[in-house]
This record gives sequence, structure tokens and C-alpha cells, in this order.
Amino acid sequence: MQTADLLPLVLVLAAVAYGFAYMRSRAVAAPLGGISNLKALPAYYAARAALWCAIPALVILGAWAAFEGKVIQNIVMASLPTELTPQSAGHASLTLSQISNLAAGKLNPAMVPDGISSAAVLLQELREHSSNFKSLLVVLIAVLGGTFAWTRVAPTINARKSVELTLQRLFFVCAAVAILTTIGIVFSVIFETVRFFGKVPMSEFLFGTNWSPQTALRADQVGSEGAFGVIPLFTGTLMISAIALLIAVPVGLLSAVYLSEYASPRMRSVVKPLLEMLAGVPTVVYGFFAALTVAPFIRDLALMLGLEASSQSALAAGLVMGIMIIPFVSSLSDDVINAVPRSLRDGSLALGATQSETMKNVIFPAALPGIMGGILLAASRAIGETMIVVMAAGLAANLTANPLDSVTTVTVQIVTLLTGDQEFDSAKTLAAFALGMMLFIVTLLLNVIALKVVRKYREQYD
Amino acid sequence: MTKPGSHAEREGSQAELIRRSLKRRYRKERRFRLYGITAISIALFSLVILFTDIISKGYTGFIKTTVTLEVHLDDDLMYLNDASDPEQIAMADFQAPIIKALQGYFPQATSRADMRELSRMTGSYASNQVRDMLKANPDWLGTTRTIEFPAHDTVSVYVKHSGDPGYSIRLSEQQQRWTDELLSKGVIDTGFNDVFFTSGDSREPSNAGILGALVGSLLTMGITLVIAFPVGVAAAIYLEEFAPSNRLTDFIEVNINNLAAVPSIIFGLLGLAVFIGLFGMPRSVPVVGGLVLALMTLPTIIISSRAAIKSVPPSIREAAEGIGASKMQVVLHHVLPLAMPGMLTGSIIGMAQALGETAPLLLIGMVAFIVEIPDGFFSSATVLPVQIFIWAGSAEQGFVELASAGIMVLLAFLITMNAFAIWLRKRLERRW
Repeated sequence: MQTADLLPLVLVLAAVAYGFAYMRSRAVAAPLGGISNLKALPAYYAARAALWCAIPALVILGAWAAFEGKVIQNIVMASLPTELTPQSAGHASLTLSQISNLAAGKLNPAMVPDGISSAAVLLQELREHSSNFKSLLVVLIAVLGGTFAWTRVAPTINARKSVELTLQRLFFVCAAVAILTTIGIVFSVIFETVRFFGKVPMSEFLFGTNWSPQTALRADQVGSEGAFGVIPLFTGTLMISAIALLIAVPVGLLSAVYLSEYASPRMRSVVKPLLEMLAGVPTVVYGFFAALTVAPFIRDLALMLGLEASSQSALAAGLVMGIMIIPFVSSLSDDVINAVPRSLRDGSLALGATQSETMKNVIFPAALPGIMGGILLAASRAIGETMIVVMAAGLAANLTANPLDSVTTVTVQIVTLLTGDQEFDSAKTLAAFALGMMLFIVTLLLNVIALKVVRKYREQYD
Repeated sequence: MTKPGSHAEREGSQAELIRRSLKRRYRKERRFRLYGITAISIALFSLVILFTDIISKGYTGFIKTTVTLEVHLDDDLMYLNDASDPEQIAMADFQAPIIKALQGYFPQATSRADMRELSRMTGSYASNQVRDMLKANPDWLGTTRTIEFPAHDTVSVYVKHSGDPGYSIRLSEQQQRWTDELLSKGVIDTGFNDVFFTSGDSREPSNAGILGALVGSLLTMGITLVIAFPVGVAAAIYLEEFAPSNRLTDFIEVNINNLAAVPSIIFGLLGLAVFIGLFGMPRSVPVVGGLVLALMTLPTIIISSRAAIKSVPPSIREAAEGIGASKMQVVLHHVLPLAMPGMLTGSIIGMAQALGETAPLLLIGMVAFIVEIPDGFFSSATVLPVQIFIWAGSAEQGFVELASAGIMVLLAFLITMNAFAIWLRKRLERRW
């Protein structure tokens, strides 16, 4: 049976366990003179039985499903005769897909060596065995667990306490998923990054000014080395982010100021949701807009002015990214401005300052740390943004300061390196993980600093 | 010595000074207001431009151009005398009867070049369409049938943008003349593009549809919802109600806040390294996509669920505790039901974000060209935004139209989800 079928089966078993334990607890209570003589309500005995039935079975099922594929793969690969044992990771994945295609009947057995076809038979067998074993084990554990809890329905046992404790622990496990995710992210980038730095020295990566990751397929081809200097990617990312912030910060900030100080409640209630709509538009839509409308427009405009512009200019990507983060800046600034105490504002107005003077001389300085925090968050968002730049910025790693030129960014390179055919341990693939690590560290730092600044600022007035 | 009245005079001159400066200050005030209005106008203007651009580019995606022909399924022309024989079917020429039918309108088009141009009036899959028809009905051989073919992409673009010379460059002048004539005869016609909603991706824009991506999105979102919602709610309950204030709790909170701001592409790397690399799960499948998006949405759901739990007043808890409920009973019987509308709202908004997410799915291989409609959580699939991305990168104008049409479908879903969330909040949320 497949995992997808076992899952409902376990749930059904848990429901059955619930029913049986419920009936038994009532039966146990009846001669004692009703359920008030039990330590817990029948529903708790029943829930305990359901938990005993479901949790161990689901844990086994999850673990099995997670590692089944990998274990079977390794056994099958180990079964290959020595002359077919793959030499490189690329060859290994090719062989593996050949075997699994053969097993799925998509490939004619006559077209591959004998070793491969017997491996395919083995794969098929192992899959069946694994599936049978898994089903048997899961059902057995579920039934055993349920039965055990069923036998332990007794008036002296407080089922409520154990159910509540189990639930609380379950809740904790769910909260710990956040930690697991972070650990997962760190480890998934760190291993590959270390392997990458084993192939390419770190100094070359960090300070090199030449990025061309296309390693050749054969060693004797021209340019087989590949260059992994990350500087052009950084400058590209910085340029596009800077253009975006140049648009988003003034527009977002001034909108927030106007909405919080001048706008009538009615205008506010119309404009604010409209601004937030900009934040809800998926990034792929912005990418489409940037690549097919803004970029050609900018190129034509530049041509009209007698300038040379690439059809994938940094300016187009930056402009559209700026539009995307306007609502981000404006809603953060709005929060910060509203957090400035009323008394400061009233005091300034009472002294005869105009609203704009109050804004510029009193509220803005008071809100500045919070606004800076918001800008940092916006910057981290701009640096990590992917789809707009993938669609509208180029692939060529130019080291340039001209916004009409085409530049590439860290995120574009990650996507380019990891989509399409790849060998898992070529320097090219590993480079993507190294870039991912840089991106993770930079955005994490920006976020931590920004959150600290904002929190400190809030404490000041709370 | 001070002259009488000098004080008043001085005051008068000061008042004069203030009055004069007032003018300047009010001017500044007005200018400041103007800046604010300009900023808002820029933002709203961008929104309007964005939407009009998408709609003006994409409405044609909902229109299909068809060529309806009386095709005589001539056996000699197709080199076919038994349509139930698969070998003959594989060898037969199904383009010939279509060209013949078109030649009925243009008898002078007999040269090889003309025939080639004629064959490019209908879509590249027109011959497959005839083949499949004959396969299904072998006895149609030798009869004349009225068949509706999708027009070739270039013809379709020309028809949809008639009068705009920018869209006719890929059609020869002769083909343009033919198209105009067939249009006036009603052979070429336009109608609602039902193909778009009933088929998967294709190499030919007129045969490509969004159903495959929609189903893929649905499957992926299903996994995301099933994982992210219960886990997110449980985590929020733990952090708000049970967590002791210690370092571990602080660490969890810091982690959640940071994960909420980690770029989405990083989650793609996580999915690639852990789910595909470590666990050996297949690429391009909704399960992996759903898992990755679930991890990505989790912080959003946790944060909004915590806010919802926080907004339940302490008096409810105290009352429940006062009549002897245990902590867990207070939470499950009283706090959770009252916080549920807020949690649902936050989760719907989180799911809307996940639905529009593209970047992490590119890394786990959901960007493949997939024609079949996915039929399960483990079959290769793509999702709406990725499909839009794929189409937007194609050179053919037809695909660009489909991309904008796809964007409209995606936006319609997002707007519906957000509107539902707002409605839910207004309807169910209680003010204490």
C-alpha cells in the first residue's frame, strides 16, 4: 500500500480505537455507578487510545516514507556489477534514471546492459517488499498501540492528564519545526558551500571580478575552468536594490505621511487597501510587467534620447522592484509614525508649528530609528527578490555602474545554475549553494539589525 | 531712552515679520502636501498601469481563432486505405487533406511554396487532430467532414490584432490576403478560448491551456494547507499558552521572526538539498512543492494565529479556569474557537502568498514542460505562477498572450481569497 493510502487507514484505525475505548470506559464505569467514578471522562480514555494508536504508527510511516527512496537507491546501486558502477555523480544519476525508467516500463530492456536490467528487477522487488513491510508494520503498530491503551482503561488511571501532556508535547514539536527549518536551511547550504570552497578558493570567490560559471563538459574544451568571482553579482544586486529603494523609500514614506497626517478617514480607507494590493500582486506578475512592458519602454526612451540601453536594463528591474516594495515601506512607516506619542505632536502644534513643520522637526526625528529599520527590511526584501530580476535582468555578469546596462544578481544566478540539467557535485551547482549562503547571511544580518532597531525604538515610547 | 509706542511698534514689526513668514511657511506646507499627494498618485498610477497593461495584453488570450474546413478524408491523398491499421496510421499524411480543403478557396495556390504557406494557416497539430479523428472513427475514411482547427499562432495573432502592423510581420503578405479573405467568408472565426481552460501546456499556443497548472497548484496548495495550518496553529498555541519563558522559547521566537523574512528562494535551496537530495523524493512533484511552501508560509500563519490568540480577552480564560477547567480545556474549548476566525484569516492570506510564489518551485524542478494534467501528489506538475513564467519567456506572441491571461486567472484567485479573508474577518471576528 502507498503512503497516501496508509495515512487514511491509520486515521480510521485511530477512530476505531477511540470508539472501542469509549465503550469500554463506560462499561468499566457502569458497575461502579456511572462515569463520575472514573478519574477522567470517557472521551479522554478514548482520546488516549486514539493517540496511542495513531502517533507511533504515523512516526514510523513518516520515517519510512522519508528514507525509503534513498535506501532502496543505495541498495540498487550497490548491486550493480563492478564494470557498471558509475564513476561520477552525473553518471550515477543517469544510471539511476535509466534503472527507474526500466522498472516503470518506459524503456525497452533490450536496449540496456544486463546489469542494468537486473538492477531494475531488483528495484521493482525492493519497492514491493518495502511497501508490503511498511503496510504491515504500520498497521501492526497501530493495532498494538490501540489495544494497549484499550486494556489500560481503568477507573484509577487519569487519562486526561496523559492526553493533555501528550497534546502539549505535540504542540511543542510543532513550534520546534521553526528551529528545524532554520537548521535545515543552514545545513543544506553549509555542506555544499564547504565542498564548493574545496574546489574554488574562498578569496577567488569573494574578491574575483569575473563570473562565468559555465564549466565545459570535456576537460580539453576552451574555458573549461569557469570563473567564480562574485563581485559583479554583488554590484548588480546592489545597483538594482538601490534603484528600487530610491523609488520606494520617498514614495512610500511620503504616502505614509500624507495618509497618517492629512488624509480624511474616507480617503485613507480607500487608498490604504489599494496600496496593499500592490503588495499582494505575485512577483511573477511584476516580472512579466518589467520584462515585457517597462524594459522595452526604457530602451525606446533611451534610444530617443540618443543613449544606448540594453533590452534587459538594470533600471527596468529596479523600477518595478521599487513599485513592489512601496507598500512595504509605507505600511512600516505608517506603523512607526502612528507610534509617536500624541503629546509630541500636540505640543508642537500648540506652539504654532504647521503640520509639515511638526512632521519634519518633531515626528520625523522621533520616528527615524523605526523608519531606518523599515528601510533595512525593505532592502533585505529587495536583495532577496528573485522573479523580477530573473525575468527582467540579464544573465551577463557585467561590472558596470550604468543603470541602462544589463547586470545580473545573486538570485538570478542561483536560479540559472540550479534549473535545467545539472550534476549535483559540479562546481557550478555548488556555486549556487555558496551564493545562497551569502544571500542568507546578508538578509539575516539586515533583518536582525532592523528588528533590533525597531524594537529599541518601540521600547522608547511604550 | 525709549520713545512711547516703540514697544507697540516693535511688536507691530514683529507681527509683520511673522505675517510675512507665515506666507512662506504656508507655501511650504502646501508644497509638502503636494509631495504627499504626488507620492500616492505615483503608487496608484503604477497600480493602474500594471493592471491595464496585463489586461490589454491578455484579454486576447481568452479568444481563440479557428479555421473551420470541409475536409474530404481522401484515402489516396493520405496514402491510407485502412484507418484501423496502426502501421498505416503512423505512415499516413494527414496534412494533405487540410491543404486540399484550403486550396478549395485558393485554387491558384499550387506551388510548393504556396502549399507550405497554406499548411501554416492551421496550427501545427492540425494533422494530429485529423489522425486522432480517423483513429477513433476508422469508417470516416473517404467521407467529407466539417472540422474546426485552431488557427496557426501567427494567423491568430494577426486576426486578433487586425489593423496593427506590428503584429503582422511574421505572416507573409500572401497569407495576410488569404486570412482576410477567409475571415470575410467566415471560415476563420474567433470565439471564447475554451481550450485554455481544458488542456495542459503545449508547444503550440493555440493548443496550450492552464488546466494542468491549475490542478498542479491545487494539489500543491492542498499539501501546504494540510501541513502548515495545523502545525502553525499548534505552534501558536504552544508559544502563547504553554511555553515557559526560557531561552528555548526565545530561540524559537527569534527563529520564527527571521524565517518570516528569509527570501523565498532560500526555501527552494532547502527543498532541493533536504527533500530531494537527502530524502530522495522525486523532482517536480506537488508533494515537495507543497512541503517547501508549507515551511515558507508557516511563520506567517504562526504570527497571525498568535495575534488572534492574544486578542481573546483574559476574562474568558479566567472564567473557564474558575469553573475548574484545566489549562488544555481552557485552550481547546474556549480560546481556540474564539481565535479561529483570526487564525483562518491569517492562514488564507498566507495561502494566497504561497499560491503566487514562484522562485522556490523553480529550484525543485516544477518548471518542466508538462503536457498531461497531473493526477496525483506524486505526478510531475507545474503551478500557475510557474506556468506564467514559462509562457512569458517564450518568443511567440501567442504565449505572451496566454501568460497575461494566466496572470488574470491567478489574480482572480488571489483577489477571491483575500476578499474571502476580509469577509471572514468582518463576519466572524468579535470585538471585545
